[in-house]
Amino acid sequence: MALYTDIVMKHFMTPSNVGSIENPSGVGEVGNAKCGDIMKIYLKIEDNIIKDVKFETFGCASAIASSSMATELVMGKTVEEALAVTNAQVVAALGGLPAHKLHCSVLAEEAIRSAIKDYYDQNGIAYDPALFPAFDEEEDENEEGVRMV
Amino acid sequence: MYVYADNAATTRMSDTAVAAMIPYMQEFFGNPSSLHSVGQKAAEAMMNARQTVAGCIGAEAREITFTGGGSEADNQAIITAARIGQRKGKKHIISTAYEHHAVLHTLKKLEKEGFEIELLPVGTLGNITAQQVADAIRPDTCLVTVMFANNEIGSILPIKEIGAVCKEKGVLFHTDAVQAAGHLHIDVKDMNIDMLSLAAHKFHGPKGVGALYARKGIPLVNVIEGGAQERGKRGGTENVAGIVSLAAALKECCDHIDENAAKVTALRDKLIEGILQIPHCALNGDPVNRLAGNVNVCFEGIEGESLLLMLDAKGICASSGSACTSGSLDPSHVLLAIGRPHEVAHGSLRLSLCEWNTEEEVDYILAELPGIVAYLRSISPVWKDLESGKKQFIL
Ligand SMILES: Cc1ncc(COP(=O)(O)O)c(C=O)c1O
Ligand SMILES: [Zn+2]
Repeated sequence: MALYTDIVMKHFMTPSNVGSIENPSGVGEVGNAKCGDIMKIYLKIEDNIIKDVKFETFGCASAIASSSMATELVMGKTVEEALAVTNAQVVAALGGLPAHKLHCSVLAEEAIRSAIKDYYDQNGIAYDPALFPAFDEEEDENEEGVRMV
Repeated sequence: MYVYADNAATTRMSDTAVAAMIPYMQEFFGNPSSLHSVGQKAAEAMMNARQTVAGCIGAEAREITFTGGGSEADNQAIITAARIGQRKGKKHIISTAYEHHAVLHTLKKLEKEGFEIELLPVGTLGNITAQQVADAIRPDTCLVTVMFANNEIGSILPIKEIGAVCKEKGVLFHTDAVQAAGHLHIDVKDMNIDMLSLAAHKFHGPKGVGALYARKGIPLVNVIEGGAQERGKRGGTENVAGIVSLAAALKECCDHIDENAAKVTALRDKLIEGILQIPHCALNGDPVNRLAGNVNVCFEGIEGESLLLMLDAKGICASSGSACTSGSLDPSHVLLAIGRPHEVAHGSLRLSLCEWNTEEEVDYILAELPGIVAYLRSISPVWKDLESGKKQFIL
């Protein structure tokens, strides 16, 4: 059995919406290089609709494929619809991810939310802060580090 | 093109090793403990295998115990030394920060039992000195366990010097020679090694079979209880075919050590030189004092798993010490031990060659790798920040 589904591999090898947007309506960057995955999402929003979305990702295949899939899921949606996109939807659309790879995909949802928050902030749009809980680093997992043979 | 460059993880079996095991699966399939002739044929083959393995490392046949692999041999050696020490009230063990987990996790278990584990720090080139070992030894030290060669960055340790120190101070010395056996000259007597672990699959033998050398007089403690096999030190009907094959594979490698090393070193150095042309990357470990087949580099701004999978799509099999290859948050403990920051350690790549790799394969890797690194950098926000000067390059 391969580590990843065919859909994951397709989005990893030939991702959609890679790149950046000039004068974006909102930008979100989450993760850090220390833990191994960083995702940056750029949004172009007009009339409350996501007209364009691009991403840049430093990370594993799961992180890159999740970024690609998440951008496809929010393209053309209203801001509210985009906010409703969850990590679980991204994973389902990818045909699943190995359990130990789920944490890499969480970043996709967080990056989109973070970019929308930036859009709200830049445009003085009022929102309920509860929509954007601080994304805490999950340090709980495995203190061991990689096991290389 | 298909290029297998992950020989430190495991090797393809040699024709010799495959041919050696076949008779012991169908013709002489008997249980070596059985008294009938088909069993005794198997027992005889094991006796010969034991003699062969002993001969390859300068030991005596009765000093060799066959195990279910390198990890089991490591476990048994360390547990044995710990129990011997415990009886004398000695509970201090010296090892290094970059051992294989088969050693580190066994030590961790002993630490929970009240042993004091001292892991020697590793130099930035991956070096450990005999002086470090000498300075760390105390009256209550019951074991020094230091690997012969490191599996990730290929460092070759001064085993003979460490053996001399241990002998002088009267401390048991174990070495995990899983990456060294069949690749480096080993003489357990000359090097004053008390216990040594090896695994067949690292020298073109089968997986799941290894050996533990223990100097005569060292009472091995069982990891697996059972029958009287292996002088009662390792229960379970023996993996006869695997053991015979291990011996054949080891003999073949040991007969060609110098010629293989010369060939593989030349390939390795060409590969290293070519890879280092890529900007902002660096070699991990010592450029000279390293296993003939080991190449390990870090690329700034990219993550190792992506790199591996893109290489795989081009038919190139390699490894990485990135966290995401395992799903943990920390990258390789070996790269952290030599002082690579997390950011950089995530972008590591290990290519490990053997005598069957060719110059064409090295050329192919060198043709494919730079483009993949450049592509992954082009989609990396970290690389963008480094290029724009927002973040400082480390490499
Ligand atoms: C240095 C070292 N020690 C121990 C082992 C464990 O050997 P095995 O996988 O045969 O149990 C390996 C390889 O996996 C290794 O490289
Ligand atoms: Zn990841």
